[in-house]
Amino acid sequence: MKIAVLHIGLLALLFALQFVLPAYHHGNLARIMVLASYAVGYNVLFGYTGLLSLGHALFFAAGMYGMALTIDHLGWSPAPALIAGLVAGLIVSAALGVLALRTAGVAFMIVTLMFAQAGYLTILYFAEWTHGDEGFVIQQAQRVLWGIDLSDPSNRYFAALALFSVSLLVCLWLVRRPFGRTLVAIRENEERTAMLGYDTFAHKLGAVVISGMISAAAGASYGLLFGYAGATFASVQYSIFPLLWVLLGGAGTVLGPFIGTLFMFYLIDLSSGITTAYMLIAGVVLVALTLFAPQGLAGEVRRRIWSWLP
Amino acid sequence: MSLLSARGLSKSFAGLQAVRNVDFDLPQGEVRALIGPNGAGKTTLVGMICGRIAPTVGTVHFDGRDITRLPAHRRIRLGMAYTFQITAIFAGLDVAENVALAARRRLTGDAVASAVEAALARVGLAGHAGQEAGDLSYGHQRLLEIAMGLVQEPRLLILDEPTQGLAEAEITAFKALIRDLAGNTTVLLIEHNMSVVMETAHRVSVLNFGEMLAEGTPDEIRGNADVQAAYLGTG
Repeated sequence: MKIAVLHIGLLALLFALQFVLPAYHHGNLARIMVLASYAVGYNVLFGYTGLLSLGHALFFAAGMYGMALTIDHLGWSPAPALIAGLVAGLIVSAALGVLALRTAGVAFMIVTLMFAQAGYLTILYFAEWTHGDEGFVIQQAQRVLWGIDLSDPSNRYFAALALFSVSLLVCLWLVRRPFGRTLVAIRENEERTAMLGYDTFAHKLGAVVISGMISAAAGASYGLLFGYAGATFASVQYSIFPLLWVLLGGAGTVLGPFIGTLFMFYLIDLSSGITTAYMLIAGVVLVALTLFAPQGLAGEVRRRIWSWLP
Repeated sequence: MSLLSARGLSKSFAGLQAVRNVDFDLPQGEVRALIGPNGAGKTTLVGMICGRIAPTVGTVHFDGRDITRLPAHRRIRLGMAYTFQITAIFAGLDVAENVALAARRRLTGDAVASAVEAALARVGLAGHAGQEAGDLSYGHQRLLEIAMGLVQEPRLLILDEPTQGLAEAEITAFKALIRDLAGNTTVLLIEHNMSVVMETAHRVSVLNFGEMLAEGTPDEIRGNADVQAAYLGTG
């Protein structure tokens, strides 16, 4: 009950903010919600299953390019293009999962990183279709979903909120189901989990695919809502971001990814208003947080006050 | 009819033969104790039976089926349960969730909670359900391991040194628990505590330097000169 109130409450608050926020923050929050969905996807694998991937940009980009290329080259409308993005995410994450899950620990990090780099270089290599580094713009006329113009700030905000709500509720549902509990058991002690009769490989593969598809949905939506697809989104930077957001917000908490994304976004936004050396300020704050709140913001809240936080 | 039957099991670790050509049969419903000095290969043998360790040579049959090539989790699903020698509970999760994880493989919905409650009550941990498992005392963690084994209602329950670290009263309760299981559940018990072995086991197998030294009733084992020399001492 408390859990439902808290999470639905956050979504209701985000809904209400649409009507009161000034344009600048309104736009920021739309972007944050899409990126937070990406972080939610990352958290399924990292926070709940205990698998540290350094290659999630591959999934984000799979969704983004699955959507953008079908619009650009095949002239698809946004709805089937979004589905194409999801299918791309499904295929890429299943393939990567089958291969990378043969390794564990540090090797898993390296393998995911290498696959993501291979994906990034593939996008650059096929610049004829992908426009490589420069990327390409998705025209306003191509961004009308069921008669709703997604380039309009209000529509964009609601679309981002819809994506974020689905991601958050799917995550919340997942981690309270036996499947999600088994993922946590794998994180805590994989061998013991196998000796209780669980097929840990199948569970981990399921986690990679769910995580990859939420990330792909975020990537596809990002491209569609902000009208641009580019190779930057496949670079290693975009694999590190969700890791940072989740660590800051609280790995293995449902709300952590959103809190972390929001915090980091405004940390950089505010500090860049003070000095050009804004990454220095951001860095110091991040170090301080890691020292004093190692479980992340939501993780600390759970440890100190709300032990029921999922 | 043997529930479990192993033939010619051997395991070498980098040239060291931990287990050498062991044949092992366990009839349905029997409580069997596996004893032997430290390093005799008891945990290795049991590891090959439940699938944690792949044998170098040999076969394992469970309920008439060749399971030698099955991965551990598939063997567990056939009705084996294994409790670890070094407690391997989920320290970060609460006690009830530890047992629930073991129960959910065979049960769903509300049945899980009642099975968890029953298993915890059976080992005397009923009052600890909400506690974080890592905060339990060592003895209580051992009892939690046993509860995780019981809740699976296995056909073969393998217990690796279950009474290590238990208090005297808990050991007495454990003996009663095993006697209670006998007949329905087949139990394979690695045990150092001789009073537990003598009072609960129908038969005893003795492993020494990786080889099966003797097998018999507790009284026969007690009177066996080879076993005395290898393990019990002559006193």
